[in-house]
Amino acid sequence: MAEQAVKIREDILKGADSPEILGWLDKPPRAEVELKGKITRSLVEEISRIKKEPDWMRRLRLRSLELFYKLPMPRWLTGIEEIDLDALSHYVKPEAEFTQDWEDLPDYMRKYYEKLGLPELEAKFLSGLVAVYDSETVYARMKEYLKKKGVIVLPLEEAVQKYPDLVKKYFLKVFPPADHKFAALHGALWSGGTFIYVPPGVKVREPIESFFLIGRQGEGQFEHSLIVADEGSYVHWIEGCSAPRFVGYSFHNGMVEAYAHKNATIKITTIQNWSRNVINFNNKRGIAEEGARIDWVEGSIGSKMTYVYPSTILKGPYSSTRSVVVTLSKGPYLKDSGSKVIHVAPHTRSKIINKSISADGGVNVYRGIVRILKGAKNASAHVECDSLILDGKSKAHTFPHNQVDEPTAYVSHEAKTGRLSEQQLFYLTSRGLTDDEAKSLIVLGFLDEIMGELPVEYANVLHKVIQLEFSELGAVG
Amino acid sequence: MSKGLEVVDLHVNVHGKKVLKGVTLNVGYGTIHAIMGPNGSGKSTLAYTIMGREGYEVERGDIRLDGESILDLPTEERALKGLFMALQDPPQIPGVRLTTLMIAALNKRQGSSDLTRVRDPKIVRRMYSLAEELGLSRDLLQREINVGFSGGEKKRSELLQALILEPRIIILDEPDSGLDVDGVRKVSEYLVNLKEQGRGVMLITHYARMFKYVKPDMVTVLIDGRVAVQGGPELADLVEERGYAYIRRRYVEGKDSTI
Repeated sequence: MAEQAVKIREDILKGADSPEILGWLDKPPRAEVELKGKITRSLVEEISRIKKEPDWMRRLRLRSLELFYKLPMPRWLTGIEEIDLDALSHYVKPEAEFTQDWEDLPDYMRKYYEKLGLPELEAKFLSGLVAVYDSETVYARMKEYLKKKGVIVLPLEEAVQKYPDLVKKYFLKVFPPADHKFAALHGALWSGGTFIYVPPGVKVREPIESFFLIGRQGEGQFEHSLIVADEGSYVHWIEGCSAPRFVGYSFHNGMVEAYAHKNATIKITTIQNWSRNVINFNNKRGIAEEGARIDWVEGSIGSKMTYVYPSTILKGPYSSTRSVVVTLSKGPYLKDSGSKVIHVAPHTRSKIINKSISADGGVNVYRGIVRILKGAKNASAHVECDSLILDGKSKAHTFPHNQVDEPTAYVSHEAKTGRLSEQQLFYLTSRGLTDDEAKSLIVLGFLDEIMGELPVEYANVLHKVIQLEFSELGAVG
Repeated sequence: MSKGLEVVDLHVNVHGKKVLKGVTLNVGYGTIHAIMGPNGSGKSTLAYTIMGREGYEVERGDIRLDGESILDLPTEERALKGLFMALQDPPQIPGVRLTTLMIAALNKRQGSSDLTRVRDPKIVRRMYSLAEELGLSRDLLQREINVGFSGGEKKRSELLQALILEPRIIILDEPDSGLDVDGVRKVSEYLVNLKEQGRGVMLITHYARMFKYVKPDMVTVLIDGRVAVQGGPELADLVEERGYAYIRRRYVEGKDSTI
């Protein structure tokens, strides 16, 4: 099974850049609704109206919009000025009704997902699968036994209709739109996404995956994922991202909110391989109650620019988090990342591991934050930040920030920068490997300990993708 | 067409400095050719140039394998054609295990695009048994290359790679330095085996102590980037007895060429 899944995933990731997998690329299918242009109150109201939203959600959107207008452009963002927000399609509803059966999807879409192997993967490996196409969730389903246990896996829009009280309790509460301009924009324009709720004591054995696809250029995708694990429950959610190559850029401004109740565990794994003209902005935050745990694993390979900072608020005593972020910038691309942890309660523990690889002029920036508030007695935090730089053209910058207001807390920080030397490269090539093959071995070695964090299927995929990045095939892009 | 490795009138600059000033020699299959010389005579430069290392500029002359020039080939293609160099002091490669490198190198030779996959479990067993024969501990194979290896472990690891990759021409740069007497004897036995298997061995060494266990078929003494004298095994004895200063006086300054 594992072998098959690997093959499938590999194709999915390769497919991200391969036109032959998308026969219809030349003329993307007509959208049922496409809202473009200036971001105005009436645009936001139109989205809300199309979704037939309850009034509270409409008002939440409009409040977010007000904040978007008011908040300043974040100064630490480089390159984001390239985006002309007013020129994007902010909402694209594909010509497909939401379904729980692949057969109901339009032919071109079903064939595309079949080519990517998603139905097979779902059957063999996953507890549930959610597929978001452009701005809408087109498919979501989970295994029957989970339904009986009361697990909910739904498009967020549907959850808003069916479980409004549950959604209201968490939505934009973990990550308030007032945080920054792009969080506010997300709150105003969010569309598509996943709602997962796991009832007390339920352990979801196999992962649930959401797969996001941007189907056209000049599109803004603002999907929202809300994962709630009730007391003592367990869930592993996997995010996969893909976009075929288009001429113009696209903008991704998604949000993930995770809430782990007492003694619950949430694992979130992201493998991001957007094509090279997606500007990828992420808002990811979780809150852990007493004894709860939130783990992030982020493998960020694709996109033109990526901004991603998985954050956890350790709100309850004895809660913990582990955040592993791996970024690869090969070529004229930027990854701006860094995990953030706020220790609020006593005996909270966090571990941050950040590994970046810069090659062929790529740039990685790390901006992690560890904050330990007064009263978080005996909290401990450990940060490991490793950069690997493969040539003289490439760069890695690290800006770690620790703020400790609790005298009994313990924070440790290790940072290493490795540069590939000519002698090392010669040594490996003298064994018969090309420069790029030698580099891919070094990169895989650098990531070895991280691979163990991923489910075997996904570790193997990442393995393949990295080899591919350093092969001639990868170099074309 | 000549068989084996030929170095013809080789002139080499390293970072703008002239290091080799006309070196000609052959390493035939099934022979051991010892390259001797004092420090700074250009022995390692010769090896690196044969392997095509960056920064070693060939100003004049040629390097041929089985009659064909390899000067235009990048390092990895020279390796795939059957050249192998065991480095005097190989670098650490953090993150890459010794087995991973050998498997990748073998996969490459078999034309596989997936470098990390073990295609034949037999080869891994062979690595372990060879390592044991060479006196390397099993866990060393799973360690990062040369990270925390002792001097002797590095030498043995280089030889292990040569045995696994089965090159046609093996260049060993001071394989005896850092080894104790047992180690020198062990390495020498393998060199004799390699020769008997019909491989060409280019043995770079400063001292003649290896020749107690492995008799070279040819000896070339380099001094100041030039061939001072070439001959049979008796030349090694002469170096051992009289030293390089004598060789320099007699063959470089005295223009003698008889042994």
